[in-house]
Amino acid sequence: MAKSDPLPPLLQTRRRSSLFARGEPMVWMTGGALVLSIAMIIGLLLIVIVRGGQTFWPQKLKKVARVDGTYLMGELTKTETYKPEDFVFDNIQDPDDRERARAMVAANKGRSERRFIRTGNRSPENREDFMWVSDFEVKQESFPEWALTIERSEWGRFYGIPTAFYIGEEKAADTAEGAWTLYEQHHGDLVDKWTKAAEIEKEEIGDLNDEINDAREAAKGVALEHGEGSRQHQDALAAAQALAEKLEPQLDALRGRVDRMRAESGQYQFLLEDASGKAHRVRLVDIIRAYPANRAGWWDNVGTYIARWWEFLTDEPREANNEGGVWPAIFGTIILTMIMTLIVVPFGVLGALYLREYAKQGTLVSLVRIAVNNLAGVPSIVFGVFGFGFFCYTIGAGIDQVFFEERLPLPTYGKGGILWASLTLALLTLPVVVVATEEALSAVPNSMREGSYACGASKWQTIRRIVLPRAMPGIMTGMILAIARGAGEVAPIMLVGAAKMAPDLPVDGEFPFVHPERSFMHLGFHIYDLGFQSPNAKAAEPLVFTTTFLLIAIVVALNIVAIWIRARLRRAYIEGI
Amino acid sequence: MDEEEKMGEDTQTPVEGAEHEANEVVAGFVSDQEPVPASTEAAPTTSGSQLGGVYEAVSEGRAFDTFTHDAMLEKDDILEIEQFDLWYGTNQALYKNSMGVPEGEVTALIGPSGCGKSTLLRSVNRMNDLVASVRIQGDMRLNGDSIYGAGTDVIELRKRIGMVFQKPNPFPMSIYENIVYSLRIDGVRDKNVLDEVAEKSLRGAGLWEEVKDRLEDSALRLSGGQQQRLCIGRAIAGEPDVLLLDEPCSALDPIATGRIEDLITELKGTYTILIVTHNMQQAQRASDYTAFMYLGRLVEFGPTQDLFVRPRLKETEDYVTGRFG
Ligand SMILES: Nc1ncnc2c1ncn2[C@@H]1O[C@H](COP(=O)(O)OP(=O)(O)OP(=O)(O)O)[C@@H](O)[C@H]1O
Ligand SMILES: [Mg+2]
Repeated sequence: MAKSDPLPPLLQTRRRSSLFARGEPMVWMTGGALVLSIAMIIGLLLIVIVRGGQTFWPQKLKKVARVDGTYLMGELTKTETYKPEDFVFDNIQDPDDRERARAMVAANKGRSERRFIRTGNRSPENREDFMWVSDFEVKQESFPEWALTIERSEWGRFYGIPTAFYIGEEKAADTAEGAWTLYEQHHGDLVDKWTKAAEIEKEEIGDLNDEINDAREAAKGVALEHGEGSRQHQDALAAAQALAEKLEPQLDALRGRVDRMRAESGQYQFLLEDASGKAHRVRLVDIIRAYPANRAGWWDNVGTYIARWWEFLTDEPREANNEGGVWPAIFGTIILTMIMTLIVVPFGVLGALYLREYAKQGTLVSLVRIAVNNLAGVPSIVFGVFGFGFFCYTIGAGIDQVFFEERLPLPTYGKGGILWASLTLALLTLPVVVVATEEALSAVPNSMREGSYACGASKWQTIRRIVLPRAMPGIMTGMILAIARGAGEVAPIMLVGAAKMAPDLPVDGEFPFVHPERSFMHLGFHIYDLGFQSPNAKAAEPLVFTTTFLLIAIVVALNIVAIWIRARLRRAYIEGI
Repeated sequence: MDEEEKMGEDTQTPVEGAEHEANEVVAGFVSDQEPVPASTEAAPTTSGSQLGGVYEAVSEGRAFDTFTHDAMLEKDDILEIEQFDLWYGTNQALYKNSMGVPEGEVTALIGPSGCGKSTLLRSVNRMNDLVASVRIQGDMRLNGDSIYGAGTDVIELRKRIGMVFQKPNPFPMSIYENIVYSLRIDGVRDKNVLDEVAEKSLRGAGLWEEVKDRLEDSALRLSGGQQQRLCIGRAIAGEPDVLLLDEPCSALDPIATGRIEDLITELKGTYTILIVTHNMQQAQRASDYTAFMYLGRLVEFGPTQDLFVRPRLKETEDYVTGRFG
């Protein structure tokens, strides 16, 4: 064999190439960007979930004796370290205590821990229900065995130790334990009775009043038709008056019954002593829920936790939205999003169909496309203003003129309402649906269209039977994006019907069952309201997180449903499984 | 889209060759003034003079008449293509194509890539209407009815012509729904009718035995060859007069190709078939007549055996023997 040259050391002499040519910095950069975004999202979610989740967990009740001789009792909400100014020590009367406090802070490098304690017990005289307590002012701490956390239907929580139980003026128990036993015995029944009274008031008395009001409104209608003071008008007025007089005894009887029920159940009362030993009476009918916080075991706490969540999810808000539940807001959010979806998806799909399938592609179509895309960048508040001016003040006012003249000047449709809000959000999310649908349509292979035409199908048949089913998953993507955008939008709906408090739901048992003109509550607006408009911001703060948590959960749930449907459609129409 | 107007009224010819070829006689060929080209006797047999003829005419952008074998004149034509021109925008893709497709037999279109075979085929069922830039001149007749006439209902026309594409394009629905698609769009609801047509068409497409137990499965799960036979079945479900096949086997393996060729032979007689193919053997095996196209012109048209064994024109011989193209 001939002598062969040694092979060139290919593997040793790696050619020099720049770092960028090898691409490693790009891997790090792209990966880093992804990690950063995920970390931010997860961080945000964690804060919301942790803080939102712990809001309803029952806390122990701590009684604190302060060096200035005052006492307080309540639930710990948060702890922080701060640097006390020197003058705070001057408030401490006793020189020994003062020196001890100074020494304590000095030993801690001039810092001190302090705790934010929810002390509750709000009343017309006492509006302060949160308090900072620094460690150096604490003389003594204890967990009184029978301290009760009482959630009142008004004025928020009350913390106190029962000393007696009264039925009317009769003392039924004079120990804490005895009072608690009586409470457990009677509370449920009393609340039922109280609710019943409210029901009678609302329904039976309300119905009679409605009847009288209807007659008066009818008289007003007659006046519009035949003229003020005409004979017909006089007759109608007289009829209304007669009806009112006829119903008066019935109304009186009902009112008397309600008053008696209230008085009876109002007799059951706790006598409680607060941290400083002051006595308070609390009627059982004003109590939503009470528990001896320091005696409760873990399972009792779980029960309370669930009960509070249940109340939160199913009840109406009380106390300027700081207490109670958010059911109307949940309901409003879901209905709003659903109506919006029902409006925006058909419109967006039809628009995109025209743009992509029927319109002759050219400058005009391109311009329309650009305009639609830009619509997505318009600030949402602008849509709110437009909706307010156009839907409420133009269309709504027009509807009122034609159909609800007798109620004027009170507007029916000529103000914010869930229909107008849905339409506004539909406008806002229209570009998302149009763009997604167009993309889905253009992704349908032309060979499928041709196959259909070759079978003798018309354009519409081809679109309906071949193009649309195949584009359906993409259309669903547009819908998902629209839901995600629409459900969380707050700014525009503030102008077109979202309300701080809307006692009547937009869908209920009252004829005609759907009331598209009613204003509504919305979780997003509720968050804003709790966080920035609440008269008692400190008490509302934890609820901001809980409500956010809930809103995110609802949006996620709506999306999961849509994604599930999309996956099924995709399997059926694209992958053919 | 308003293709119909666009196509129907167009008469101008932007390509210069199309205008000044009138009255000119290319060596051996008669100009387009006479609708029927010169008979075989008049045309000389293969010689050097034709060589220059076709290539020269092409290089000058002229049209010329097809060399049509005598045997073709005796046939009953179901589809007649008459002096058909077609432009994509300003590019002329077809030049004065004229041919008659005999009823009940298989006619193959061969020619180098880009010569306009697909374009001609798609013109027959007016699929080119879907391309916005297309303009045409001339006409075609199906059973004597004008295809490009003003009163033609394109939908009805397409129902009379089945088409199968190069790449299998089953619809994203069940096998059954694919097959009965043309009945569905006609609004047929009767389950018995649908079942009957489905079975008949699947049998016709040689697919029945393979899929009869899984008619409700998605058609997208069939193999490529099965999908193509399904498309053939879908095309014959509407009982068309003519079946257009555009390279139906080019995406298939030899075995699937063989099955489709057998199928073509079976369908012959019942349907008139016009098939585009790149495969000379396939054209020889499966077709009765063959037309050779070159750069938008129909060059030679005759019985398959004659065209392959004794082509009259040098250019055809060059192509079928693989010397160019
Ligand atoms: N939609 C179109 N728009 C513009 N030009 C086109 C279009 N379709 C085809 N053409 C042009 O028309 C000419 C003929 O094309 P055609 O597809 O008919 O060729 P073909 O003979 O079928 O080729 P192949 O054997 O490769 O399929 C080509 O030059 C092609 O570029
Ligand atoms: Mg082709």
